This record gives sequence, structure tokens and C-alpha cells, in this order.
Amino acid sequence: MSSAPASSARKWSQSGSRGKDRAFYLSALLAGLLILVSLGAIAVFLIIQSLPALFANPKELPGSPSSFWAYVAPLAFGTVWAAVLALIMALPVSIGIALFISHYAPRRIASVLGYIIDLLAAVPSVVFGLWGIKVLAPFVQPFYSWLTANLGWIPLFAPPASGTGRTILTVAIVLAVMVVPIITAICREVFVQAPRLHQEAALALGATKWEMVRTAVLPYGTPGMISASMLGLGRALGETMVVAMVLSPATVINFVLTGSANPPTIAGNIALNFPEAHGVGVNALIATGLILFVITLAVNAVARLIINRRKEFSGAAG
Amino acid sequence: MSTTVHRSPSQSQSNSLTAARLPTWSIWVLLASSLGVFAGIFALIELAQGSGEFNLVAVIVLGALLFDALLYLVSSLVEGRRRGLDRLMTSLISTAFLVALLPLVSLVITVIVDGWKRFDLAFFTQSMRNIVGAGTEQFSGGALHAIVGTLEITGLATVLSVPIGLLTAIYLVEYGRGSLAKAITFLVDVMTGIPSIVAGLFAFSFLALVTGDPGIRSGFGAALALTLLMIPTVVRSSEEMLRLVPNELREASFALGVPKWLTILKVVLPTSIAGIATGITLAIARIVGETAPLLIIAGFTASMNYNPFNGSMMALPLFVYTQYANPGTDVQPYLDRAWAAALTLILIVMLLNLIARLIARIFSPKVSR
Repeated sequence: MSSAPASSARKWSQSGSRGKDRAFYLSALLAGLLILVSLGAIAVFLIIQSLPALFANPKELPGSPSSFWAYVAPLAFGTVWAAVLALIMALPVSIGIALFISHYAPRRIASVLGYIIDLLAAVPSVVFGLWGIKVLAPFVQPFYSWLTANLGWIPLFAPPASGTGRTILTVAIVLAVMVVPIITAICREVFVQAPRLHQEAALALGATKWEMVRTAVLPYGTPGMISASMLGLGRALGETMVVAMVLSPATVINFVLTGSANPPTIAGNIALNFPEAHGVGVNALIATGLILFVITLAVNAVARLIINRRKEFSGAAG
Repeated sequence: MSTTVHRSPSQSQSNSLTAARLPTWSIWVLLASSLGVFAGIFALIELAQGSGEFNLVAVIVLGALLFDALLYLVSSLVEGRRRGLDRLMTSLISTAFLVALLPLVSLVITVIVDGWKRFDLAFFTQSMRNIVGAGTEQFSGGALHAIVGTLEITGLATVLSVPIGLLTAIYLVEYGRGSLAKAITFLVDVMTGIPSIVAGLFAFSFLALVTGDPGIRSGFGAALALTLLMIPTVVRSSEEMLRLVPNELREASFALGVPKWLTILKVVLPTSIAGIATGITLAIARIVGETAPLLIIAGFTASMNYNPFNGSMMALPLFVYTQYANPGTDVQPYLDRAWAAALTLILIVMLLNLIARLIARIFSPKVSR
């Protein structure tokens, strides 16, 4: 009676089992290390492939610029400009939606509303691109004409207006729609975690609902909102298909929102030119990709550091 | 006591308990009248121009702005400045939600209406080989080659990323202590933010160097790029699910003399398998619509290609892009096919999300909470 469990216990403790234990641990460790290695490999392979472009004769680069950096400058500017515009539009809306779901909507329908916003994140970017060019661009073009005609003295709306509506502002609107669910999801989580007692105390002192939100919810959520907007920025920086399909690019650096000469973005430029690129042109495109990788990596790393520090402070479960 | 005697009007207004309140109906009256004003103005403009286009969006946007301004003004005058601000913010916050709904509704309606035109049998049974323009009555062109490519590429990416992602999650939850685990967690988070096009460039650089072919295009490379995008999602969701498994189960298993690896395989994983499956399904839904990496490394083709290790391979998101970007002289049939493919893509993503929810509901862990 006692021999059966004893023998099986001995079987488990035999060296074979220990070896399997070890093998399982090592395979798990290996998978973890593989992630470290793959991130390093991305950097290494991109650097190897972009070196020829850095040392090539600038005349061989696409558009024959004066130097490699003259080739990159409009691209880098357009990338950041479009992403920042998108963020400016998306952030207030996202915070509004997050507050609406967490504090204003009836509790029974709040989760349904959250699901509807998540649906936006489920739409593939290429579909957003198709919608942007076929529905949004023709729709906003009359507004652009009106803006340039009446507010043309503002440098942002300098005439002439784009005849197609395929401007950087249209791209930024679509990008904003795409990052709204990301920012909303994180803001919502932070707002829900805001201490209940603080909110009730504020209400008990006679604060209106908005005063309660302003004094007890928003200050608590500030780091969360900052990191959420940085994650959204990272997404907008790297978004490719919308830019490739909607924007009509030119090699310029300007701040005009409604014109027909728009600064290109790194990701959009790669998507448009990679299929036909050859020789050192491929290396130049990969080099711009490396720059994009570094920018987004830095933005994301800072955002994550802020979130992680927040967790240590509040002790909230992640 | 003296304050009750010398009470100025402004003080009595700031007392929220005794101050006047706006009746509920007044807000709706305000909203209707401000919308009505602009509806009237734009109706007059339309009559004057005779263009036959009533600018509904402008009416709603300008009407909402007028409503906000009026609401703040009226409420400030009647109820005091603080309540006025409160009403204004409530209105703005509700508006923010509606603003986000507009593009979603517009997009869904457009995709369904335009996609339905070519959502037919030929679309799912034919490739684009030798199809020009609208094609013939019998062969009108379809996305079969793209659907096959999407299935193979996504399947390969899933096969590659699930073991790696799951094992990493197991390492982080069951073994990981100290700085290595922290570094991996951090890098997984950072990996979530890698632009998809960079993943495509990496797959291209890697394969071009390994094979020595500077213009390499293959479905396997696309799967490699998608794997890179899928791993962080799988790791995060699996990690969360493994952490939900109660420690008592592990301790009970150890107490019976079961070694750690068997405990994980036979106790921890079966308990959390539903959640992990849900996470994996959602991860697939996330990568199935990725276009940019495929554009770089999968290439374009109009023909069937079942072999992911050799030659260009089409995929559904790429099909949408090429039909839009490289149409023939007759643009409309290409656009119709693009919308039909977009509809198919959205249906696939919705279906995957639905499956994920069903898995979570039916096989939810049988642990009393």
C-alpha cells in the first residue's frame, strides 16, 4: 500500500526527472533570451544594411540630395509633424471619452461603450487608408478651400488649397482616429483606479462633478495620461499605410496644413518607394527605417518608464 | 449671525443648496434651438445657391458649438459660474464620445455598402491572374490567392510566435527573478511599440543577408516580421493569465512531489489555457490586418502561390492596397474589389474577436474566486 507512492516519488526524484526539470527551465530561459536577442538583431541588421547609404555618394540617393542628412531631414520632419498634429487632436478627445466611460456614462452601458471604442482599434490600417482617401479627403476638401480663402493670412492655412484634400492635416485626422483607442484605453484604466475616497470627499465638500474630476481624478491620472499620449505618439510615428495612401508628398519642409505640397513621412516614403527601389536606394530606405526605429524606441521607452514608476508609487496592479 | 442679515445677492447665488436650478427640459430646448438656428441658416444658403447639398455636418458641428456657448451662458447666469462650468464640461465630454463615433460609423457604413457589390462567389474562388479591368462575366477576378496567402503567413507567424511567447511568459511568471526578468518585461513592453514597417525591414535585411539575394521576396519573411509583432502581445496576455493561477494549486502539486516542469505543464497551463487561447486569438486578430511589413517582404503577385519559401506571396491587406494603388484604365472594378477585400478583412477580425470572447466565456477557469 505504501510502496506505490513511495516508488513513484522516488521515480520523480531520479536524475532523469531533474534533467527534464532543467531542460524545461532552460527552454523557458532561452525563449526569454531570444526576445533580447531579436531586439538586438533588429538594430544590428538594420545598421548593417544602412551603412552603404551613409557612405555612398549622395548623388546616387533618390532625388540626388546634397547629403544623406538632406535626404532624411524632410522625412524626419514630416514624421514628427504628422504625429504631433494627430496627438494634438486625439489627446483631448481621448481624455474626454475616457472620462465619459469612467465617470459620466451610466455604469451599465459603460463597458459596452468601451467595447465600441476598442472596435476602432480592430480596424486594419489599410482599411483606414482606403476610407481616408475615398471618404474623408473629398469630404474635408471644401473646408480647406474655405480656410485658405478666409484665413489664408495664418501661415498654417497659406494658399493655395489642395484640390484633392490629400494633405498632412487629413493624414493627421486619420492618425488621430487610429490612436484614440490606444490613449483612451490607458486613460480609462488610470481614471477608474483614482481613489474612491478622494472623489467622495470632494463631492462631500460641495464640489460639482467637474470640480471633483479636476481635483481628485485628473491629478491622479497625470502620469498615466502622459505615458498614454507618448504611446499614442509612438503609434502615430510608425503608422505607414494611411500616410502612403492618403498623403500626396513633396520633398519640402513646411508647416502648411491645407496645401498640396506636404512633407513626406519616413514610413510612408518607405512603403511608396521600397517595391521599386534598387541598389543603394534600398539601403537609404532601410537607413531611414533605422532612424524611425530609434525615434519610436526612445518614445516608447520613456512612456514605459513613466508607467512603471507610477506602478511603484501607487502599488496598483498592472 | 450677522451674515444672514447682510446677505448680498452674489453670496446667495453661490450657495448651491438654495440657488436656482435649470429645469431638465431647458437643456433640450437649448440644444434643439441652437441646432435649429444653423439648420435654418444652411437651408437658406442652400436655397440661395441651389446646389442641392444640405451641409448636415456643418449644422451639427456649429450647432453643438452654439449649444455649448449658450449652455455656459444661461447656466452661469441662473445657477452660478461653477455650475455653468460643470454643465459645459459635461457637454464637452459627452461630445468627445460622439466625435469618436462619427468616423467609426462612417467607416463601417462605407465598407459594408461599397464592399457588398463584389462580395460574391467569384471573389472567393478566383485569383487575379489574367484579369484586366472588370474581367469577363465568368471570370471577374477575386482574392483567392490573397486569402490563401493570408492564411499561410498568419498561420506560420502563429506557429513561430506562440511557443516563444508562451515559454517567455512561463519564464517570467514561474522562474524569472531579478534583473534579467525585469529587463525582458521592459523590452517586451517596448517591443509592442515597434512600427510594423521596421519589422518588415528587419525581415528583409535578415533574409537578404542570409540568402544573398538583394531583392528577396517571400511569404516566410512576412511571417517572420509578423512573428516579431505578435510575440509581445502573446507574452503580455499569457503572463497575465498565468499570474491569475492561484499559488495554492502550485503548492499542492509540489507537496505531492510533482516536479516543477510537470506542475507547470499539468496544473498551471490547463488552469489558464482558456485565457491564453483568448490572448492568442486576439494577437492573431491584431496581425492579420498588418500591411506595411508585407509590402516590404511579401511582394505582389496576381497568381496563386502556395509556397511561402519561394517567390512573392499575396495577402488580403496587400490586395486592398494594390487594387487601390495600381488600378488599370477602368478604375471602378479595382476599387470594388478593394472594398470587398476590406469588408472580408474586417469580418475576419470581427470573427476572431468573437471567437476570443466565446473561448473566454465557455472555457473560463473552473476556479472559485
